[in-house]
Amino acid sequence: MNHGGSILAYALQQLINGVTLGMIYGLIAVGYTMVYGIIGMINFAHGDVFMIGAFLSLIALVGLAAIGITAVPLALAIALLFAAAISALYGWAIERVAYRPLRGSFRLAPLISAIGMSITLENYVQVVQGARVKPLMPLIPGGITLMNQNGFAVRLGWLQMLIVLVTLLVLAIFTWLVTRTPLGRAMRACEQDLKMTALLGIDVDRTISLTFVIGAALAAVAGFMFLLYYGSIDFFIGFIAGVKAFTAAVLGGIGSLPGAVLGGLLIGLIETFWSAYFSVQYKDVAAFSILAIALIFLPTGLLGRAEVEKV
Amino acid sequence: MSAAFRDAFLSALVALGLFGPIVGLQTVPAPGGLALRMRPVLVGVLVALVFLGRLLFLAFWQMRRAGGAKTFQPLLSAIEKAVPLRQTGRFVAPLLLLLALIWPFVVGRYYLDLGILVLTYVMLGWGLNVVVGLAGLLDLGYVAFYAVGAYSYALLAQFTGLGFWTCLPISGLLAALWGITLGFPVLRLRGDYLAIVTLAFGEIIRIVLLNWVSLTGGPNGISGIPRPTLFGLSFSGDGPGTFAGFFHLEPSPIHRIVFLYYVILGLALLTNLVAIRLRRMPLGRAWEALREDEIASRSLGINITITKLTAFAVGACFGGFAGAFFATRQGFISPESFTFMESATVLAIVVLGGLGSQLGVALAAIVMIGGSELFREFADYRMLVFGLALVVMMAVRPRGLVATRRPSISLGAARAISAEMVAQGRG
Amino acid sequence: MTKPAAMPWLLCVENLMMRFGGLTAVDHLSFNAERGQITAIIGPNGAGKTTVFNCITGFYRPTSGTILLTHPNGAEYRLDQLRGDHINRRAGVARTFQNVRLFAGMTVLENLLVAQHNRLMAASGFGIRALFGSGRYRRAEQEAIDRAKFWLDRIGLLARADDPAGALPYGAQRQLEIARAMCTEPILLCLDEPAAGLNPRETEDLGALLLQIRAEGCSLLLIEHDMKMVMQISDHIIVLDHGRKISDGPPAMVRADPKVISAYLGEGEDSEEQTELSLEQKA
Repeated sequence: MNHGGSILAYALQQLINGVTLGMIYGLIAVGYTMVYGIIGMINFAHGDVFMIGAFLSLIALVGLAAIGITAVPLALAIALLFAAAISALYGWAIERVAYRPLRGSFRLAPLISAIGMSITLENYVQVVQGARVKPLMPLIPGGITLMNQNGFAVRLGWLQMLIVLVTLLVLAIFTWLVTRTPLGRAMRACEQDLKMTALLGIDVDRTISLTFVIGAALAAVAGFMFLLYYGSIDFFIGFIAGVKAFTAAVLGGIGSLPGAVLGGLLIGLIETFWSAYFSVQYKDVAAFSILAIALIFLPTGLLGRAEVEKV
Repeated sequence: MSAAFRDAFLSALVALGLFGPIVGLQTVPAPGGLALRMRPVLVGVLVALVFLGRLLFLAFWQMRRAGGAKTFQPLLSAIEKAVPLRQTGRFVAPLLLLLALIWPFVVGRYYLDLGILVLTYVMLGWGLNVVVGLAGLLDLGYVAFYAVGAYSYALLAQFTGLGFWTCLPISGLLAALWGITLGFPVLRLRGDYLAIVTLAFGEIIRIVLLNWVSLTGGPNGISGIPRPTLFGLSFSGDGPGTFAGFFHLEPSPIHRIVFLYYVILGLALLTNLVAIRLRRMPLGRAWEALREDEIASRSLGINITITKLTAFAVGACFGGFAGAFFATRQGFISPESFTFMESATVLAIVVLGGLGSQLGVALAAIVMIGGSELFREFADYRMLVFGLALVVMMAVRPRGLVATRRPSISLGAARAISAEMVAQGRG
Repeated sequence: MTKPAAMPWLLCVENLMMRFGGLTAVDHLSFNAERGQITAIIGPNGAGKTTVFNCITGFYRPTSGTILLTHPNGAEYRLDQLRGDHINRRAGVARTFQNVRLFAGMTVLENLLVAQHNRLMAASGFGIRALFGSGRYRRAEQEAIDRAKFWLDRIGLLARADDPAGALPYGAQRQLEIARAMCTEPILLCLDEPAAGLNPRETEDLGALLLQIRAEGCSLLLIEHDMKMVMQISDHIIVLDHGRKISDGPPAMVRADPKVISAYLGEGEDSEEQTELSLEQKA
């Protein structure tokens, strides 16, 4: 589908689209990698928290419109905060109910519990909100035209810029949190050695809870942006987004935050470019295959810390 | 007491936050997009349930700690004397086998179909058990082998006209080859990396099946898959060369169903037999050693690559057999039947069964699939309950139904090893 | 190029170097270990002993240098190039670990049978014969069980053959690990701090067991901190400090070597080894 004389423009457009999508994946991936880093489990339900975040955003926007708040920036800000707050509550509740009782238990039980939680959340939303796809009218239309090559105009939407900026801002706050605050230090200590950290008097339970809470909030932001970008959501978006985001986290090197973002960007770009130049149907196959190939040569991901097992 | 009330109150507040927006504000279609339908009563009921539930839970916990255990003790020991737990294990397996053998003659059509469904999952469980339970390789994409088995039989039958019994070993072989192919890239991966890659492979298969329309028929799948025959006797009609004709019986669809039941029972028992025998052989022991400690195994000269690949191959082969059976039973297959849900269900069966235990897996399949069928009427809520059941099961019995490991060889009397000591495998 | 069969060197380490990033853990180390002897590598903490050990047993790939193992029949193996499982299967080198690595969920007997995996696999015709219960496989399995019983009897665990390995007391676990390594019928047994955590009585039993193993023709290489045991049973000691060899010879020589004493002295006043060394000197 190459537009003959506008190869560069076409590629540039895919780059813009890919980065935007990659940012959304990156936000979700950060939540996965944080939880894995701190308690060594794959939080299967994380993708569904993303989905719930999207639904909460939708409910908020519809509700705000119904009570007459139509100023777009205000409505968006309220909806975002609302979604993040309630999703954070979901993150907290999931950890408390499904994972904490199993901490210290053997490896597979939390995984099955997480899968069960994921199924529960998907069907819970399906039952109470309905199985139909939910649409949202575009709230931030328009953008700027970067260049025009032989009739193909490269558009950079306001929404795309907003997504990238918000993501970068959120990640910056988050990085500050992890590197400069006592909470962040506690999180990193737990990542290194959970038992020792507890012995040093740090409230490990609270640290882990907060990890889940923050991860859930980030996923909600991603859900909010997904809603705005694609204009429609359903109860099942969490599954495939979750798998891709976890793929991104593993590709980038699990346990590494920059790795998660990098992985997210890579997956977003691979998906977009593959759809544009080859076929839409096999874009996921491309992303998963890249993961498999990458892991053959780099078993711990691109930026991952090599897990040297002490002999 | 007031502490409990406060705790329950806080739980109720959390419930309000969780259920208020999502349950209480339902998005419904309206002119111009969506509108919100408020359901305060429903939210109120849920919050009240959480409040009461938490109170009861806390009360139960307090009672237990205050010495409630003492009241249960005489009851428990009485039960123990009546049904010595250690002996039960020995009776359960033969009893189940007997029940399975006479099942078609004691139940009606509906339960016969259910029996076939349960046995299919038992077989899948026993197959995955080799990979996850014995070798400790966390495979989240087992459905891929199921799919390869089903589609390879369907396509072989379509293009070559070969019958079920001829195609069955070929399906198994193809699935095993696919297992080895899948095994190669993941050889060096540990634990959860292995899990995500196998999951990804499972999804790749499903997407390819969905989109390679010229070969697989895409979302429409393949239909008209030939049914199995009993030594050449078919089960349709009553002319010469049919089962009914040969035995001079009134033709009835029930004959084929009963036949299918015994086919899957036979296949499942074959899986079981091979798994048990392999466990007593050096290969099976190497699988378990791999699960316990890969580094120590390597230092004893065990070829880790071969060990892992054979585990994948054997597990995949049985998945392939089950897939071929599935295809012939339904007569029609489509990618919809081969989603991640299947992999998750089979894995849940293996974990609930208690890793490595053949009996446990069988029991778990009966409980989960049978239980899930009971809910068929509440279509919407069925999967919701299934998900909750998984969470509850793991909270209550994380080590599975059969929480012990039986040694594969012993000098004296074999003693069961508690599950706490057995490793989970890091992949 | 044929080497004379009477060649005494079992293990020949030449210019071994191991670098981790900017840190040189082992610096141009060369030494030989003789056939039929107990060779010990000692040195203060951080001297690089475990690194050398892991290079010899195939867990690290050295940055440079060669490690050559020669069998009595003249066959040569480059241990620095062999794959992990070939080190045991082809070259005949077995090892134990600092943190005992038993198969905890399997019984004592099963642990010893796993060690005989390759022999049993060959006899079972890679599964086919065993699947049909052939006589040849059953004989091989009985042989393996007998070998296991022999070792269990030697270490006094025959009565606990059907117990899970994880339930054994620590000292018994260590001995089981050695028995398991010996069931692979190696020509070189490598032990990583075998006496760690053992009380004096257990250490004595360990020493006796190692001497028995040597008497039966297997050579030994060990890392150890227990000076008393090392001086008692070793034929040849190599001393490392900061990745370099500072002494190489029989116990009597090493004990009196001023370089060795100062290496341990320099570590601190309460060094256990230093105290033991000086005690040994007086003895």
